[in-house]
Amino acid sequence: MKEINWSQFWSTFKKTYSIYLVLLALFIVCSFANPNFLSVNNLTNISTQLAVTTILAFGQTLLIISGMLDLSQGSVLALSGVFAVSAYKATGSFTVAIITGIMTGIVCNILNAVMVSTFKTPPFIATLAMLTMARGVALLFTKGQNILQLGDFTVLGQGSIGFVPIPVIFLIIFAVITWYILRHTKFGRSLFAVGGNEEAAVASGINVHKVKYTAFIINGIFVGMAGILFMSRVNAGLPNGAINYEFTALTAAIIGGTSFSGGIGSAGGTLAGAFIVGFLDNIMNLTNVDSYMQQIIRGAIIALAVIYDIRSKNRRTKSTLGRIEDKGSRRKGKGKGITESHK
Amino acid sequence: MEQEIKLRVSQIEKSFPGVKALDKIDFTVKKGSVHVLCGENGAGKSTLMKIINGIHQPDGGQIFIDEQPVRIGNPIQARNLGISMIFQELNVVPEMTVEENLFLGNLPGKRFGNVDWKEVRRRTTELLKAENLPYSPTTLLKDLTVSDIQMLEIMKAISYKSDIIIMDEPTSAITHEEVEKLFIKIRELKARGVCIIYISHKLDEIFQIADEITVFRDGTVVESHPKEELDIETVISLMVGRKLTNTYPKEAVEIGDTLLKVEKLCGAGGYKDVSFYVRKGEMIGFAGLVGAGRTEVMRSLFGLDPILSGQVYMKGQEVNIRSVEQSIRNGMVMLSEDRRRYGIIPMRSVRENTTLSSLQKVFFRFRYQRKNEHSLVSEMFSKMRVKTPSMETVIASLSGGNQQKVVLAKWMLLNPDVLILDEPTRGIDVGAKYEIYKLMTELVKEGKVVIMVSSELPELIGMCDRIYVMAKGTITGELSRQEFTQEQIMKYATGTTTS
Repeated sequence: MKEINWSQFWSTFKKTYSIYLVLLALFIVCSFANPNFLSVNNLTNISTQLAVTTILAFGQTLLIISGMLDLSQGSVLALSGVFAVSAYKATGSFTVAIITGIMTGIVCNILNAVMVSTFKTPPFIATLAMLTMARGVALLFTKGQNILQLGDFTVLGQGSIGFVPIPVIFLIIFAVITWYILRHTKFGRSLFAVGGNEEAAVASGINVHKVKYTAFIINGIFVGMAGILFMSRVNAGLPNGAINYEFTALTAAIIGGTSFSGGIGSAGGTLAGAFIVGFLDNIMNLTNVDSYMQQIIRGAIIALAVIYDIRSKNRRTKSTLGRIEDKGSRRKGKGKGITESHK
Repeated sequence: MEQEIKLRVSQIEKSFPGVKALDKIDFTVKKGSVHVLCGENGAGKSTLMKIINGIHQPDGGQIFIDEQPVRIGNPIQARNLGISMIFQELNVVPEMTVEENLFLGNLPGKRFGNVDWKEVRRRTTELLKAENLPYSPTTLLKDLTVSDIQMLEIMKAISYKSDIIIMDEPTSAITHEEVEKLFIKIRELKARGVCIIYISHKLDEIFQIADEITVFRDGTVVESHPKEELDIETVISLMVGRKLTNTYPKEAVEIGDTLLKVEKLCGAGGYKDVSFYVRKGEMIGFAGLVGAGRTEVMRSLFGLDPILSGQVYMKGQEVNIRSVEQSIRNGMVMLSEDRRRYGIIPMRSVRENTTLSSLQKVFFRFRYQRKNEHSLVSEMFSKMRVKTPSMETVIASLSGGNQQKVVLAKWMLLNPDVLILDEPTRGIDVGAKYEIYKLMTELVKEGKVVIMVSSELPELIGMCDRIYVMAKGTITGELSRQEFTQEQIMKYATGTTTS
């Protein structure tokens, strides 16, 4: 009996913590691979560089858990960024700039939600449309020109409090927010239900529209803030900036164990996923791995992470097949599909 | 006359992580006989069949066909050995035609690997004609009813000319007439020397068709006998390992005021002018054939489908029902007939599935109240006798009966006034059925109302105070407990009376 408990304990432990063990192992390997890796300077740099895409990854995590995703993050980030930067240049107020940036993110994502939730467009297509549109608006607004000389605005991206860079502080804040949402709110629990089985969520009295809209709006806040941090760090409003950032964010979420079939994922996992990618990129740079090679390796890691996800899911189902003899859920089709079977 | 043994399994063992699914199974099937397997969910019947069909590999033991040891690595090898299986889960592609489905994985090829569609058409037409099925080879499967599809699956298995056909709950979705047709077919096959392994929960059916009955329990064979040596009671007690004294624990309950009244309800599902009422402490049933509109009425009442016209009164007050949330707020909950689709979030824990509709009891004061959730869930689980390794167990890994209890527990947490149960006992084992009946009885004793939609007349007759019968979208009859007979209900359901 005791043995079974141990194996159960181990399997739960593995399921929950394996990602952190991987991160730890990678950290140790990197420390030995290059002496520069472990320097405070290098680690602070990695964290600062990761801040923007990891905040995006938290947005993706919320969306993927509920069975959606956002391909428009990079474009909306750029749009929010250039709006925020312009607002700052016009008013000189941080508050106005931040509100402008975040509102832009929210508005774009409400549009995403309208397409996805109200008009039932697949999220992939809906946010693909937004990807193109938002980038277009950003370019139109700036006439394709970078906005330069942001002055004090750079403090958000480049400054630090004590020895902690401000972007890292934001990274921590957003990690905590995501964790809090997923763990401590009704909305968070509903996200898992909607992504796990939308029809059952509806039939359990969950307002699926509200959940989807809220998920997109929160994603909008994350993207807007990421835009501000990004522009501030590069000291310019770049309408062409942050291209493909959504994919870096998706990578972090997937490696962090967020399941693309929905219903599974965590803030800690995504954070670990982002750092796994960050450490790998960093160590490959430090050890002078060819940059084309780096891409190949990164791609291979995504593939491995997804294969692992699917295999562990199959194992879970297989282990239960013998026990489930479930006839109750035979698909009878909806009312409309069924005609009188016999006269 | 001693019949030849066609299939013999010896000392078959199979474990899944954490469970011993089969423990040294010995079992033989004689040529030209129907061998029925019964047992509760999770007893190991389906696992054994999946091993014989090559889907699972046994951990130990041996399978013999015609007394020759065989190894069955996958379903294709099984088919080549003359074994085919009709699954309880219908695996069809709705956009495919009848002929494509029939020859799926077995398409006759021409020289360059392209499909000989002429041959496909010819053989399909032949088969359809031989079986006297009214649809054409090009009908799309999504246009067929579930029972048509089931018949098609059966036909497909027959078309492989197998000597061993495994049927896993073939009758759970087909009508009475079709069951008769299927039985005629089975007898024909038997006469041809084909042997049939038949898994079913429907005990009355089993006794019509079986030559031999083997009862499984907890991964072992309890007993195996020719039909003549057994009766229904014995089989049930062998299955559950105890005696169930009373199949339907109905108790007399004092009937109170009208709690729910529905007037002239018309809705999107194609039903019209449906009026009925339920009084406190009453259990009412809805009988009818598949497609009569019962599920559609309940779906509308629960806010899943729109109501076009008509009134709904709860405790005398007219209520608006536009969403499930509203319905729940009005004190109404519904257990869906399709548990996997509308009941569970498969990859989440039983704990989360239980509190899914009562999240306000789990999240308040800006945080997750872990202790609250755990005590709510464990209280419910002990009350409903849910069997689960732990609260964190993924719900998909529980047996059907236990999943159903978890879904019920979810609704019980809301303490509803009206409980709609759509086929609450479909596909769950005798023991769990009994517990669900008991729970229903307890609820009406508390002055609540239970509305049960069921295709199993015995359970409606056994449990309900009144039965409404529906046919073609309208209520065609109402019967009080004294008037209950299967014949009367079927008359109304088939529309052969005009009252």
